[in-house]
Amino acid sequence: MENVNIFIKAIFIENMIFAYFLGMCSYLAISKTVKNAVGLGFAVIFVLGVSVPVCYLLENFVLKAGALSWLSPNYADVDLSFLSFIMFIAVIAAIVQLVEMIIEKFVPALYGALGIFLPLIAVNCSILGGALFMQEREYATIGQATVFGLGSGVGWLLAIVSIAAIREKIRYSNVPPPLRGLGITFILTGLMAIAFMSFMGVAF
Amino acid sequence: MSTETITPIKAKEPKERLFSPANKKLIKDPLNDSNPITVQVLGICSALAVTVQMKPSIVMAFSVVVVCAFANLVISLLRNTIPNRIRIIVQLIIVAALVILVDQVLKAFLYDVSKQLSVFVGLIITNCIIMGRLEAFAMANKPWPSFLDGIGNGVGYGIILVLVSAVRELFGSGKLMGFQVVPDAMYKMGYFNNGLAILPPTALIVVGIIIWIQRSKNPKLIEPK
Repeated sequence: MENVNIFIKAIFIENMIFAYFLGMCSYLAISKTVKNAVGLGFAVIFVLGVSVPVCYLLENFVLKAGALSWLSPNYADVDLSFLSFIMFIAVIAAIVQLVEMIIEKFVPALYGALGIFLPLIAVNCSILGGALFMQEREYATIGQATVFGLGSGVGWLLAIVSIAAIREKIRYSNVPPPLRGLGITFILTGLMAIAFMSFMGVAF
Repeated sequence: MSTETITPIKAKEPKERLFSPANKKLIKDPLNDSNPITVQVLGICSALAVTVQMKPSIVMAFSVVVVCAFANLVISLLRNTIPNRIRIIVQLIIVAALVILVDQVLKAFLYDVSKQLSVFVGLIITNCIIMGRLEAFAMANKPWPSFLDGIGNGVGYGIILVLVSAVRELFGSGKLMGFQVVPDAMYKMGYFNNGLAILPPTALIVVGIIIWIQRSKNPKLIEPK
């Protein structure tokens, strides 16, 4: 039940885009057509689902204060948490590279479809954001961390696909010229974020 | 004898002055015509969440200026030795090292603000402004112009951050920089703080309106239909 709760919370209440504005750059840049948005969304789910648990292991067995005590009791007071940014970003960059190679080898069709978006994910703030939120909230088990990663990814997919659908339609509307394109997308995202706030307090 | 022949050549060698027109343009352009947030659409990720109050957003803007300028400088110095295939990892590591420095300084001297900013200091690493300027400018230019470009883009980002936070703090809590601005008499006459301004969605709408104002003053930025 705890896991379901974390999953629902990560998708709706703590949505990466609408509550924290993470991954906005690729969200604004890739949301012109629904097809590309879906491709990028699934890539983000995959990378978040893999990198958050890996960062969880890193955090709990290497970085946290006293985490190294499994090596020898002498290390019980070693605190490496100031290294977490550099370790997390290195892990994420490595995983993105790995995912790229695996997809290229085994699913060439998907690789062709995702193409340029895959390397872009390394600098998508929602991935590093997911890892850092996981660190801040101190999830109890690796299962919870994985569920949180997957849920955040699903929330991101939901956000980018819905804005892409709206942008496809709004092309035919009469938007004031200075607002065209970027401006109206910002305002639409703001309105959608207000709508998403109505999920606040939902729990199972 | 030899020194006499060398000195005139050396005096001529620095062709550009430190603040020549071309270099000044590097600082001025990002403030309006190529503003990182409203025109280049970079660095929105971490920008909007920290703008509830002015103080954290000024600190955030200052951190980004520092990281952006020095990351540009370092990458520009290394630009001929970085292998092309692994350049993104090299860039990320350099930026991450700079961000750790900034984070430790904030924790030491401005602890309460650094608590408010929480993960967003760390997210400067993946701030697209920094990666974008490293890729687009520092990899192809000399150190001094790259340094200026970093400062210019950092300040352009900071201006939007401070504007948005000023609007949100004024309407959301009636304060600026933590000082009461809206007088008590107004509250007695039935004025209320707008609770919506504190919530995240308002930041997006305020940026949308800033884009609207900027583009109607500067029609060449309007997107083609």
